[in-house]
Amino acid sequence: MRYVDEFRDADLGRALAGEILATVESGRHYKVMEVCGGHTHSIYKYGVDDLLPENVELVHGPGCPVCVIPMGRVDDGIAIAHEPGVIFTCFGDMMRVPGSEGTLMEAKARGADIRMVYSPLDALRLAKENPDREVVFFAIGFETTAPSTALTLRRAKAEGVSNFSCVCNHVTIVPPLRALLESPDLRLDGFIGPGHVSTVVGARPFQFIPADHGKPVVVAGFEPLDILQAIHMILLQLRDGRCEVENQYKRVVPWEGNLKALEVMSEVFELRPHFEWRGLGFISQSALRLSDDYADLDAEQRFSAPGVRVADPKACQCGEVLKGVIKPWECKVFGTACTPEHAIGTCMVSPEGACAAYYNYGRFARERAVV
Amino acid sequence: MSAPENTAVTGREQRILDIIETARGKRPRFKDTQITMAHGAGGKATQTLIEGLLVPALAGESLEQLGDAGTVTVAGTDIALTTDSFVVKPIRFPGGSIGELAVNGTVNDLAVSGARPQALSLSLILEEGLAAEDLRAEVEAVAAAARAAEVEIVTGDTKVVERGHADQMYICTTGVGRIDSRAALSPRALRPGDRVLVSGAVGAHGTAIMLARGELGLDAEIESDTCSLWQAVDALLDAAGPSLHCMRDATRGGVASVLNELVRASGVAMVVNEAAVPVDPAVAGASELLGIDPLYVANEGKLVAFVAPDSADEALAALRSVAGCERAAEIGEVKTEPPGMVLVETAFGGRRVMDQLVGDPLPRIC
Repeated sequence: MRYVDEFRDADLGRALAGEILATVESGRHYKVMEVCGGHTHSIYKYGVDDLLPENVELVHGPGCPVCVIPMGRVDDGIAIAHEPGVIFTCFGDMMRVPGSEGTLMEAKARGADIRMVYSPLDALRLAKENPDREVVFFAIGFETTAPSTALTLRRAKAEGVSNFSCVCNHVTIVPPLRALLESPDLRLDGFIGPGHVSTVVGARPFQFIPADHGKPVVVAGFEPLDILQAIHMILLQLRDGRCEVENQYKRVVPWEGNLKALEVMSEVFELRPHFEWRGLGFISQSALRLSDDYADLDAEQRFSAPGVRVADPKACQCGEVLKGVIKPWECKVFGTACTPEHAIGTCMVSPEGACAAYYNYGRFARERAVV
Repeated sequence: MSAPENTAVTGREQRILDIIETARGKRPRFKDTQITMAHGAGGKATQTLIEGLLVPALAGESLEQLGDAGTVTVAGTDIALTTDSFVVKPIRFPGGSIGELAVNGTVNDLAVSGARPQALSLSLILEEGLAAEDLRAEVEAVAAAARAAEVEIVTGDTKVVERGHADQMYICTTGVGRIDSRAALSPRALRPGDRVLVSGAVGAHGTAIMLARGELGLDAEIESDTCSLWQAVDALLDAAGPSLHCMRDATRGGVASVLNELVRASGVAMVVNEAAVPVDPAVAGASELLGIDPLYVANEGKLVAFVAPDSADEALAALRSVAGCERAAEIGEVKTEPPGMVLVETAFGGRRVMDQLVGDPLPRIC
């Protein structure tokens, strides 16, 4: 595939790996967090970490929008899905996320009309095709997907599609990063900035990371060479004693972001005073709800969802795993009460979460380290 | 070398890994309260249903092997017996239809078990209101596919259910065939060093179905690969004989699921060379857009064969000489370490684990 294969060139990858090796100080251990779940996926898919020196460790960050949805929100979604006449729509990966009493997939098996969509516009189309049904879209994601939800809501309003509404679970990237960085036990040396989010918000919002916390940030693309180059750029900053936001993903990410997307978001959404994150707890101003102008399309107002907060199990230590304080296997419930089949915490929910990855591949990773 | 506290840490990590290992090695228990679509997806939930409920309740020696077909011995002759149900949606798709699939799917389960397909049964479950024209078309598709695969439909059954209680039509076929005398196939025959062959480009069927549903708004000319695999099996048996150790039909869950099933069954490891896996550019493009790995996408006319190293080249050449298998390729090797795992050497130069499917990328593909 043109314009894709170029960024997966194995020879260039080896060359970059050589430069990374030449940049690290031996005896120093580097922990770099990739904030975005998309990066985690690429790292896994291409085996990027195989090309890194042993003392450069990648830590999976909080940027998997599916995993951070707390159980109470899943329960609310399931309750709405069971309302008579409702067609409940969501992205496919949301279907397996456990609430306190099971997943959306299980609710579907119990008779709720739950359908997987690939875009919020598909949900709007379903609403137009089924005027006698209530179609609800369960919106999730960071600033990456929020604009498409916003545009869909704007269109629904303009076209007067009254049987369409949205449960808004959109979250914003800066507050959880701030929360991570403000914790005293943080053990990270630098951040691979989220490329997709940055196409919308730009690279500018990450300036607080070097300015207030003295950690380098490199906004990166999702191909393996992008990620290797970003790691190299972070290591160069550390070596040279620099600390700034750099943009590796210039071919897509403008420094100021996508102004049109930001405009439609500010029309349709407003900040929630606080929002709960699975594994991270409540973070203020970290999520979006529909603005007053769009209150008619807000499923949380149209339906009476229980809105009950379900606390993360006390034993769960996802927060510490995310901060790089402990390794997955050091968590009290890892591998016993918390497994991929019966996940307790956010890091085990998604196959790309740090704990799920370790559960499935830890043995292999150890053997590799020995070799 | 290591300081005492490091040893302690390593000891604890090792204990956790051992717990995981023990849990993984146990026969899964079926504890779910209801059936979800995941139980039909061919991944972990399906495996739990089969190994946790069906096998313990029904177990016999042949079933326990969980092959594509079971074996019965009738008057001293080894007969392969297999059955399959087809619920694909939509019933017609580029490259084939449910009728064609119902014949080839069962024929192929026999073929990869080393049995020459001889006869099929045909059960039709029809939804009230199904257009007679659609039924006629599918019956003709069954007949044509049976002729092409040289099998006879020898018995059948028809049921009609109320509108809404089925989706147009479902088909069940059962097939028998005599196990070929050249065949000595078993997961237990896998040996380190065996080469892994696929009979052509992977991922076409699942991708064709996905696009045919029209939900993605994608247009691409991708056709299902549904066809009988007996010719390919015949050629492999001729070329490799007893050096052909095992074969599987890479349907639901794709090549990745086949490899995972076999490493679990036999305790070996496998390494796949990603760059060697044949994938059509249109399939690769669609998979890229959808975030799906073609190795997990269903095929309906592709087999995976495991051949001793000294016969691999001959086997591959024989495979490539069969019409429809020109793009057959050697994609990997059986190893010893790490047991029970499939690794991929990525085209980028890294390695990853190719695990069993957990989710359900696409229901009702066959």
